[in-house]
Amino acid sequence: MTTETRTVSVDIQETENNRALIDAIEADNSELVMRHLPGIVKLQAPGRLEINRASVEERLGREWETHEFQMAIVTLAGNISEWDEDHIVISWGRPVEDDEDDDDDEEDY
Amino acid sequence: MTTEATTNTGGKPAKKLTMKKRYSALTRDLDWKPSYVTEEQMFPHTTYEGIKIHDWSKWDDPFRLTVDAYYRYQAEKDKRLYSVLDGFAQGQGHLTISEARYLNAMKVFLGGVTPLEYAAHRHFAYLARHYNGPGPRFAALCQSIDEMRHAQTEIHTLSNYNKYYSGFHNFSESFDRVWYLSVPKSYFDDALTAGPFEFLIAIGFSFEYLLTNLLFVPFMSAASFNGDLPTMTFGFSAQSDESRHMTLGLEAIKFLLEQDEDNVPIVQEWVDKWFWRGYRVTAIIAQMLDYMLPRPVMSWKEAFELYFEEQMLGGLFPDLAYYGIKPPRHVEQAIWEKDHLSHVVYETLYNFSFAANFTTTVPDEEHHKWLAQQYPDTYEKTYKPRWDKYEELDKAGKRQYFPGLPQLCQVCQVPMCFPAHDDETQTQFHSEFEGEHYNLCSEGCKWIFEREPGKYRQAWLPVHQILAGNCGGPTVPDVLAWYKFQEGDNGEYVGSVDHKHWIEWHDQIEDVAGETADAGKEA
Repeated sequence: MTTETRTVSVDIQETENNRALIDAIEADNSELVMRHLPGIVKLQAPGRLEINRASVEERLGREWETHEFQMAIVTLAGNISEWDEDHIVISWGRPVEDDEDDDDDEEDY
Repeated sequence: MTTEATTNTGGKPAKKLTMKKRYSALTRDLDWKPSYVTEEQMFPHTTYEGIKIHDWSKWDDPFRLTVDAYYRYQAEKDKRLYSVLDGFAQGQGHLTISEARYLNAMKVFLGGVTPLEYAAHRHFAYLARHYNGPGPRFAALCQSIDEMRHAQTEIHTLSNYNKYYSGFHNFSESFDRVWYLSVPKSYFDDALTAGPFEFLIAIGFSFEYLLTNLLFVPFMSAASFNGDLPTMTFGFSAQSDESRHMTLGLEAIKFLLEQDEDNVPIVQEWVDKWFWRGYRVTAIIAQMLDYMLPRPVMSWKEAFELYFEEQMLGGLFPDLAYYGIKPPRHVEQAIWEKDHLSHVVYETLYNFSFAANFTTTVPDEEHHKWLAQQYPDTYEKTYKPRWDKYEELDKAGKRQYFPGLPQLCQVCQVPMCFPAHDDETQTQFHSEFEGEHYNLCSEGCKWIFEREPGKYRQAWLPVHQILAGNCGGPTVPDVLAWYKFQEGDNGEYVGSVDHKHWIEWHDQIEDVAGETADAGKEA
């Protein structure tokens, strides 16, 4: 695996709706760098950036499903290395195998 | 994990499956193996390019997108867009943009980009039928529907401006006829006529992942900054799909590389070719960002550094190095060119805007200052003197237009205006094929031509077609009539129909308001 110092990035539409999401990302990623462009907030972090449903819901005051992230995102740099009910993780490097596979008896195909 | 998900779905029916299992059930499990034909007969197009796929099930879709979630969110995106469009139309939004000439950027967009969305819709529908694996077929299906949505929402959004401004009224036919629009058209036609895997690397990876940010992101930010809320909204609406397309492109390249080592050199050549092909198309975006926006927001150079050099060369390519993939060939020319690209392209368009569906004008003082700031190494030294000369001519009543037709590159079809990084005086490259002479704009296009000369010799080059008598007649008025241009579509912005209307409409507002609403009056 490569060293995780490359910047990952996600650009989000700067709207009232997305404020809680942006706040949650800021809270969960200590090294986050924010840059405001007209209509967009660019969020950058070294190596890895995560979005947690619980943090978003706490700030939003309602239930939020990770699929809703699709309404907010403008673009990203990095791999989506995890996307499930609770988390979205964007990182460089080879994605880690999904831990869900462990208790998964389904056929992949 | 499973039970937690179940309790978190609010009033909706309880979900028993995790996102991953739902995805698997609703995409992969709906697949079947053919019994009365062979797999080869059912999917006849996936072997001739030399790409080897051993296990289609290894295709991963990180979005875990299922049909129900897809339509639910897409419908929501459209609702948001259409409420903005309604508000804009009702609120006379066309008067609140920064200035009428801002719309030149939108004319280029509607003519050059929207038809590509439609072409992408068609080809992803083909891929949704022709890939052997259900994962990539479903991803291609979603993208196909996305691209149709993009084409429709862009046309719908910009139709609001067509009611008041020139240059929008014949975008679809312009795409087939107007000379500069052959740049994006030939690019996409090149991809459509490639095999299904090459297309995926061409459009899915090289365009969507490597370059699309340069097209959409600063552009939509610019729309926001120039008061064009509808464009900003459709842009972000489309771009939210784009992040999914980017992910598809990235998964595609990794999937091909992981399937068989023999795929690596094939994919590398496609990355080399399609980076350069796509990059040349973005030349049109470069000039929009730097010259067409009355309120510029980010220079081409800065956008290129941020979205391409930093994110792609710095972020992505070290990942791809693991598979043996190197940064694209000729990338050093693109990096060097960032200081020159927008200037030479806008100068070319300035000279030929008598034959385009938009207007051009010399940058004003403030704009010169901004450009000099953004391009400290090149602007004042090389490009400002040229604008000063054009301005002088304009003031003397001799507005400069190039009195002839430009030499186009056989591959990218852009007029041959690009200086080379190792010799700024060199803008011409040549190749011979079966006794014929071909002109090329760069080492990159020359390399592409020489890889497949039999393909590119067939290019429909607008200038050659005009000279061959296929474009309405031998004179400029004949050709413009064939383009179906109307008064105000083309030429100089200052004094144009749009400019006059802009002043008139704002004078009316001023009369009504009884105060100076001077914004945008000065050229």
